[in-house]
Amino acid sequence: MSVPDFAYRRPATLAEALDLLRSDPEARALAGGQTLIPALKQRMTRPSILVDLQSIPEMRGIEVDADRVSIGAMTPHAVTATDPRIRAAIPALAAMAARVSHPQVRNLGTMGGSIANNDPAADYPAAVLGLGAEIETTRRRIAADDFFLGLFTTALEPGELVLRIHFPRPDNCGYVKFANPASGYVTTGAFVARGPAGVRVAINGAGPVVFRFTDAEARLAGDFTPAALDGLSLPAAGLNSDIHASAAYRARLAAVGTRRALAIALAQPPEQIKESA
Amino acid sequence: MIEVTIAVNGIEQRHQVEDRTLLVEFLRDQCGLTGTNIGCDTTQCGCCTVHVDGRAIKSCTLFAAQVDGAEVVTIEGLGQPENLHPMQAAFRRHHALQCGYCTSGMIMQGVDIVRRGRAVDEATIRHELEGNFCRCTGYQGIVEAIAEVARTAPESCKASGDAA
Ligand SMILES: Cc1cc2nc3c(=O)[nH]c(=O)nc-3n(C[C@H](O)[C@H](O)[C@H](O)COP(=O)(O)OP(=O)(O)OC[C@H]3O[C@@H](n4cnc5c(N)ncnc54)[C@H](O)[C@@H]3O)c2cc1C
Ligand code: FES
Ligand code: FES
Repeated sequence: MSVPDFAYRRPATLAEALDLLRSDPEARALAGGQTLIPALKQRMTRPSILVDLQSIPEMRGIEVDADRVSIGAMTPHAVTATDPRIRAAIPALAAMAARVSHPQVRNLGTMGGSIANNDPAADYPAAVLGLGAEIETTRRRIAADDFFLGLFTTALEPGELVLRIHFPRPDNCGYVKFANPASGYVTTGAFVARGPAGVRVAINGAGPVVFRFTDAEARLAGDFTPAALDGLSLPAAGLNSDIHASAAYRARLAAVGTRRALAIALAQPPEQIKESA
Repeated sequence: MIEVTIAVNGIEQRHQVEDRTLLVEFLRDQCGLTGTNIGCDTTQCGCCTVHVDGRAIKSCTLFAAQVDGAEVVTIEGLGQPENLHPMQAAFRRHHALQCGYCTSGMIMQGVDIVRRGRAVDEATIRHELEGNFCRCTGYQGIVEAIAEVARTAPESCKASGDAA
């Protein structure tokens, strides 16, 4: 057996899940397991109880209306990638999901698990921050700007669970990921969106946590065209440097990625809901 | 310990296992179905690919308890030596295996690719095989076998819950 032992529970209700998490400080939530199970195998974490969230109704399903797309925390990447309503309303989010890892991981891994984990090399944090989404938890609603705090750190408190992610529908959106060719994870990525909250640009993979590229946002606010980005650069200070890419290279990828994501945003506008006659 | 009941290849398997038992361990140790292999045990290689409720997953990265009540199909449930599934027959015809270690996972993933209508061209098939490693064949025969089944027998890859 490669994994340290724990007690497995599959509560049918949210109340039961929260009770289990409260019952023991070492209890942990289990979503798709595609990050947690590899971490258990490496003995990076030793939970006493794993609380499987798969049966909790509040965390399931996708709702789309004229203004918003609401995605349950337990929605697997494969569903986000292929759901026709998400593809129509936020094509860059569906395209992003289609390139998270490989098919078998996409069938199990979930959006809630990914953002709760907040790996700097994960994809979804860029979409959540870039679109200015709101994270609905078991206690409150958290704006994306206040959610991703640092390396593998979020605003979630112990025992607090992500229920749904609410995305405002954008007028334009695009995402570009420079993936590590071996792992598929993000070396640097850029998400560009224009919508009700103005122009937002989020950069993932480059720093310890996803962040907004405010210089790019300011330029695009008045002129949402590639020309507005001429000469754009990102300071390399504080960015990640490792065997895969130096901080200076990541800074360069962020600027190039922003330009390419803008091109996608301009070329592939989302479908807008037409006013009914 | 926990009691887990899984319909494996249409046969109900009920076993008392440790909570931490991975699905691949349940299949190999409890059910005696050793066609599903463990290669990397780190979610990379795809040797352990099986279908849970019609979807391909890596059984080294899923606890048996998580699929309590589900339906699982392994390589043993796909076809028999005297009655090969079209994907198994195509792998044989196209020399899509050498040592065979990756093969059960490749075939399960191949069926999943055809089922989802993703065997549209060689580049797409290769992209869909990103989670399955073969150290022997160079992939050419594998890609050809999957493409052939998509052309000649796509209905053989439908899962039990799929619309006709
Ligand atoms: C080989 C491989 C390649 C990968 N490549 C990529 C990639 O390219 N890009 C990428 O973004 N990701 C990648 N991933 C990660 C994958 O997307 C995971 O599925 C995801 O990061 C975690 O989601 P999960 O549902 O599997 O969560 P789990 O592994 O079940 O949980 C992860 C953490 O989140 C907590 N958690 C889960 N759900 C909730 C919730 N609703 N509320 C609060 N806390 C919760 C858990 O307690 C745990 O701490 C890869 C994974 C693998 C194995
Ligand atoms: S053994 Fe499961 S992916 Fe390698
Ligand atoms: S046939 Fe040997 S690893 Fe694929």
